Amino acid sequence: MGSLPEARGVPEARELLTRPEFTPAKLRPPERTPDSAPKVAPRSSVRIPLPSRTADRAFTALVVAAAVSLFVILVLIVLQLVSRSRLSLHQFGLRFFTRSVWDPVAGEFGALPFVYGTIVSSVLALILAVPLAVGVALFSTELCPRKLRAPLSFMVELLAAIPSVIYGLWGIFVLAPLLRVYVEPWLARRFGWTGLFEGTPFGIGMLAAGVILAIMIIPIIASITREVVLTVPQQQREAVLALGATRWEMLRMGVLRNARAGIMGGIILGLGRAIGETIAVTMVIGNTPQIARSLFQPGYTLASVIANEFTEAIGNLYPSALMEIGLALFLVTLVVNALARLLVWSVTRGMPTRAHA
Amino acid sequence: MRSPSSHLSFARRFTNAAAMSVMFVMALLVIAPLVAILTYLVYRGIGSLSWSFLTHLPAPPGEPGGGMANAIVGSGIILLIASLVGIPMGIGSGIFLAEYGRNRYGNLIRFTADVLNGVPSIVIGMTVYGLVVITQRHFSSLAGGIALGIMMIPTVTRSTEEMLLMVPQSIREAAWGLGVPRWRTTISVVLRSATSGIITGIMLAFARVAGETAPLMFTAFGNSYWSFRVNQAMAALPLQIFYYATSPSDDWRRQAWAGALVLIVLIVGTVAVVRIAARRGTLRGVA
Repeated sequence: MGSLPEARGVPEARELLTRPEFTPAKLRPPERTPDSAPKVAPRSSVRIPLPSRTADRAFTALVVAAAVSLFVILVLIVLQLVSRSRLSLHQFGLRFFTRSVWDPVAGEFGALPFVYGTIVSSVLALILAVPLAVGVALFSTELCPRKLRAPLSFMVELLAAIPSVIYGLWGIFVLAPLLRVYVEPWLARRFGWTGLFEGTPFGIGMLAAGVILAIMIIPIIASITREVVLTVPQQQREAVLALGATRWEMLRMGVLRNARAGIMGGIILGLGRAIGETIAVTMVIGNTPQIARSLFQPGYTLASVIANEFTEAIGNLYPSALMEIGLALFLVTLVVNALARLLVWSVTRGMPTRAHA
Repeated sequence: MRSPSSHLSFARRFTNAAAMSVMFVMALLVIAPLVAILTYLVYRGIGSLSWSFLTHLPAPPGEPGGGMANAIVGSGIILLIASLVGIPMGIGSGIFLAEYGRNRYGNLIRFTADVLNGVPSIVIGMTVYGLVVITQRHFSSLAGGIALGIMMIPTVTRSTEEMLLMVPQSIREAAWGLGVPRWRTTISVVLRSATSGIITGIMLAFARVAGETAPLMFTAFGNSYWSFRVNQAMAALPLQIFYYATSPSDDWRRQAWAGALVLIVLIVGTVAVVRIAARRGTLRGVA
């Protein structure tokens, strides 16, 4: 682009410039004499056509303030969590996460059972959710008849829109009885020897938490996988097919291999969701601070101990210990999310992608 | 025409067919819980929904009847506060990212938004407890609204950015060429032509926080009575559902289902309206 055309010789342009909808009264220059030209400074770059004015500066400042406040919120979260957990950090240090006593009355706090519960329920959720989510994403992008694509992705989206309290409600009244009566006895008969499926089937417990979490994280993994798979160039698919590959071989070699890093990012993002999920897990996991091998046993997670005990925590050390759990939860999800974002960005190059479906 | 795969070995054809069927079954398995949850919810919810549920306060423990009127209104107030916090800040930072943020600082904010989006909602609740509830010395609807508002910001930010980037650069240049100042271009030209897309993003963020329970537990806290003040504990639908669902009372559990139905109608209704409007073109961003 060269320089702007001279505005002063064109009457229409001058007329447009002084029209009130383009220049609010405050900024409109005082009445001009006919011979004074409108002050349009010709610039070589089209990007900044006018010298900055007070209004422009104010607007920029406003917008920058909004953006900076995002960062400030994140910093405030860290400051709050650190300052309010100082007492517990001081008293227990890192041992906090390796001790398994949780006795508010005696003032003894250790978070190991919660760490264990969080890890086991999240890993269980990933094991159940990943194949399903990747499967449904591939199905909806590659195999599904064109007409069914939109309804299918709408339904997966809907799965993400259901509030976690409703998942919890359904978990208590439908899933848990289902697990207790049908699934758990069967698992105990078939796989009881592993030690993972021993004891009384309660329904409520680690297994129920894992299943509910799996259902809840499927949409996020599926949507990231979809997004990443759509960035694999069409020619790649055609090239593999032209070499005589079957459709599955094309998916495996042409699509999945290229989208690997991004799908991994989606999975880690799902893991982050599972670690931080609170209400649905609190409702079905049984809330017992213990480390049990059997998945039928009730457990407890970092998020759910906060949900259950924070408002009842009295004294100084007890709330502080819960704050430390919150801090740990925050740091873990921070790392997990940062990792996931970097992986997804490495595939989509950080730009918002648009689906071509 | 000869089938293109007839010359392939049986093993390859079999693997292909098996993989295809497995994927199909997986798609069904993902849809199954959705259908199961929604049908059961409607079945239980409609059975428990009544006029008094929508118009009455919760009954004292042990007494039958009562409703969630205060929680429905409370959710509305809290969501209004959340929107007042989340929408301006989200749109503001979205404008920053799209119009000024194609650089290192933009990437930092973009990354912050993504990280903030992943912060567990309960941690946001704890933070707002520390910042607002302790300062105010009271659980309050204001704190609840701020917590939900913070959760709305990242979603609104990223969708605003995405929509603004879809506005062609030539439109901006046309406005600048006419001598329109930059701020005015952004507001009256760029933002205006992306309005419908931005509204879609806002509605999705709204639907997402409308069902949040965890951040409200230490902020709005819940209330069995009417409250309309911003410095008082206030009932909210998701909280009420949570308390009733985990209670031993059959009547309360029944009401939890009714509350869940009201909540899901609110949320799915929002999402569906947005989807349909987007398809009709009334809400489409500039392509």
